[in-house]
Amino acid sequence: MTPSQPNESRRSHGWMGIHRGHKARPLEWFAEKFIFLVSLSAILMVLLIFLFVAREALPVFFGETNTALVQKPIPPAEMDKHSPAELQAYLDLTPDQFTKMDKATLRDLMAVKVEAQDDIPENFRNDPDAKINTTEWKYLVAPHQWDDYKKPEYIWQPVGQIKKFNIIPLFVGTLKTTLIGLFFAVPLAVGAAIYVSQLARPRVREIVKPVIEMLSGIPSVVVGFFALLVLATVLQTVFHYETRLNAFVAGIALGFAVIPVIFSIAEDALTSVPRTYTQAALALGASRWQTAWQIVLPAALPGVFAATVLGFGRAIGETMIVLMVCSASVMSWSVFDSARSITTTIAAEMAEAVNGGPHYRILFMLGSLLFAATFLSNMAGDFVIHRFKQKLEGKK
Amino acid sequence: MNTITPSEYLPDRSPDTTRFTKSFRADKFDFWSFFFSGLTGLATLLIIGILAVILVNIIYNGWSAISWHFVSSIPKKDFFDANTTGVLPMIVGTAFRVIVMTIFVIPVGVITAIYLTEYAANTSIITRIIRAAVNNLAGVPSIVFGLFGLGFFINFVGKNMDKLLHNSGAVWGQPALIWASLTLAVMTLPVVIVATEESLKAIPPGLREASLALGATKLETILKIVLPQALPGIMTGGILAVSRAAGEVAPILFTGVAYYMASLPSHLSDQFMDLGYHVFVLSTQSPNIEQTRPILYATVLVLLLLTFALNIVAILIRARVRKKLRALQ
Repeated sequence: MTPSQPNESRRSHGWMGIHRGHKARPLEWFAEKFIFLVSLSAILMVLLIFLFVAREALPVFFGETNTALVQKPIPPAEMDKHSPAELQAYLDLTPDQFTKMDKATLRDLMAVKVEAQDDIPENFRNDPDAKINTTEWKYLVAPHQWDDYKKPEYIWQPVGQIKKFNIIPLFVGTLKTTLIGLFFAVPLAVGAAIYVSQLARPRVREIVKPVIEMLSGIPSVVVGFFALLVLATVLQTVFHYETRLNAFVAGIALGFAVIPVIFSIAEDALTSVPRTYTQAALALGASRWQTAWQIVLPAALPGVFAATVLGFGRAIGETMIVLMVCSASVMSWSVFDSARSITTTIAAEMAEAVNGGPHYRILFMLGSLLFAATFLSNMAGDFVIHRFKQKLEGKK
Repeated sequence: MNTITPSEYLPDRSPDTTRFTKSFRADKFDFWSFFFSGLTGLATLLIIGILAVILVNIIYNGWSAISWHFVSSIPKKDFFDANTTGVLPMIVGTAFRVIVMTIFVIPVGVITAIYLTEYAANTSIITRIIRAAVNNLAGVPSIVFGLFGLGFFINFVGKNMDKLLHNSGAVWGQPALIWASLTLAVMTLPVVIVATEESLKAIPPGLREASLALGATKLETILKIVLPQALPGIMTGGILAVSRAAGEVAPILFTGVAYYMASLPSHLSDQFMDLGYHVFVLSTQSPNIEQTRPILYATVLVLLLLTFALNIVAILIRARVRKKLRALQ
């Protein structure tokens, strides 16, 4: 369609006064380049998201943060014995701040630091936990026996004197709510997709499909509100569990948000199975259901699988529903206990976290893990759908 | 040979084939087929039922609590009080941030879609990367957009702007309406791109060919033939983006929303109150949930009317456009 071939546009001098390529139509040429540049913004945004979320989290990944309450104080007099990098880490400064300060300011800061160490209550000074840098990877992922506890435990407790940042409870909370949501949503959404694409009459299909897709138009904060006020009470009266707000309620509410995603992708995959498959099966005497279950569904299985994967990506990224329904971080696999997902933790604690402090960095670290997880599940889902469509087209 | 659709494949309609259908069709009543078909039908009904229960519950409870005074008044500091509270600042804040977002997202989204459908070669590696990026952007969790807004717009762009402009305090390097809007613009970019692309693809190639054959250049064809035809589709994309953004809370949590503000936002560097965030505050931080329940329902209803009405308008426009384009083809 493009009139200018590449070898023509390279020829910049006119031939017998006739200009070709971008010399002939400079406006067209500029417009095309401009449109191309603007369309790169989507790539730029993905890169920027990755860069800037990871940038804030880098100190945690490299183990540069230190939360130990009791540190070996360095007297200001011994300042010259240490390298600038050591001093900067010791004073919790960014490189930018560090280079701006002159020696006198640094000396004052160090004096303050020594005083602060002296101010720590006596009972903490002898506490072995107070000497621990809790942002080391060892404490982030492995259980640790804290002072008052009887056995090693996973604890996320970013407040108090000794901040505990074990991220395992958050992973468990995320998985718990997400899996409940998927167990609820996948059968319903896939069932409805089979019904709408294979069994329903065309007129019913035309009404039902947009109605189910309307569900995705409900803001997640409204779903969360509904779960908090109505669903929690209903489910408690049905299942008779103790805590009213728990991972189960959050999971079901997550399911509401995920159903339209899974439904529309699965329905799309089921509809794109060639009609000849269906016709052949029906001609051989199969019933409608047998055709749908034994012929169409296996043929569309990659698409349905991709729908589930994309639904998973949507569910682990959902914030407001879990934030409103349950919040306490407990290390428990029971579905009727509370749970705190990664997204919830970021949303609830970012306001309290000191800009640039260890807590802030760890929340960004969680964000970048979340980004990586959804990035991978999106890639996998898209890849499977792409292959599936190509295969169907090849067979047509 | 003509293909026969299954719905037409019924014995009584075609008397010639009755003999065969009798012997091939499972004309015995197949219990399991009936049972499982019924199950999928039930799943469909259940989903529709969930939607209906949510909507009916909110409309029923919210309708009695909503009033003109509620929609049009600015609340005092204690907005949990059902008699004096109002949601005007939240409506204004939500509308303000969404409008600013639209100004950024529509041009970029439409131009990207034009590139993808009109200029790009489908097989080239750069096109595939752009498509992958758009798909990925659509799947990034909304809270990560919030972190991005904080890390990039506020801590990087805003702080550097303050440095360059020699502002004494933090003017731009703090949560502000412009940063919330930009974060939402990044988030809704794929919505606009996908909707515009769909509407551009639906325009018959004959229109473009006719225009080119008459001597119009590519740019003229796009501006004068393609875009006017695609306008309803672009509007659909814009409306969907607005309705998605209006209901999102997670991306604006750290980039601009305020718990309470005495005045309406008037400047791009102001913070703002927001309907969705207000729903969150009312339902989780109320001192007395029974007393706040009516205003909570009323606020949810206002939010739902805003986002849902927009969604339905988008669906209607899309249905009409599809019908029109089918007639063109």
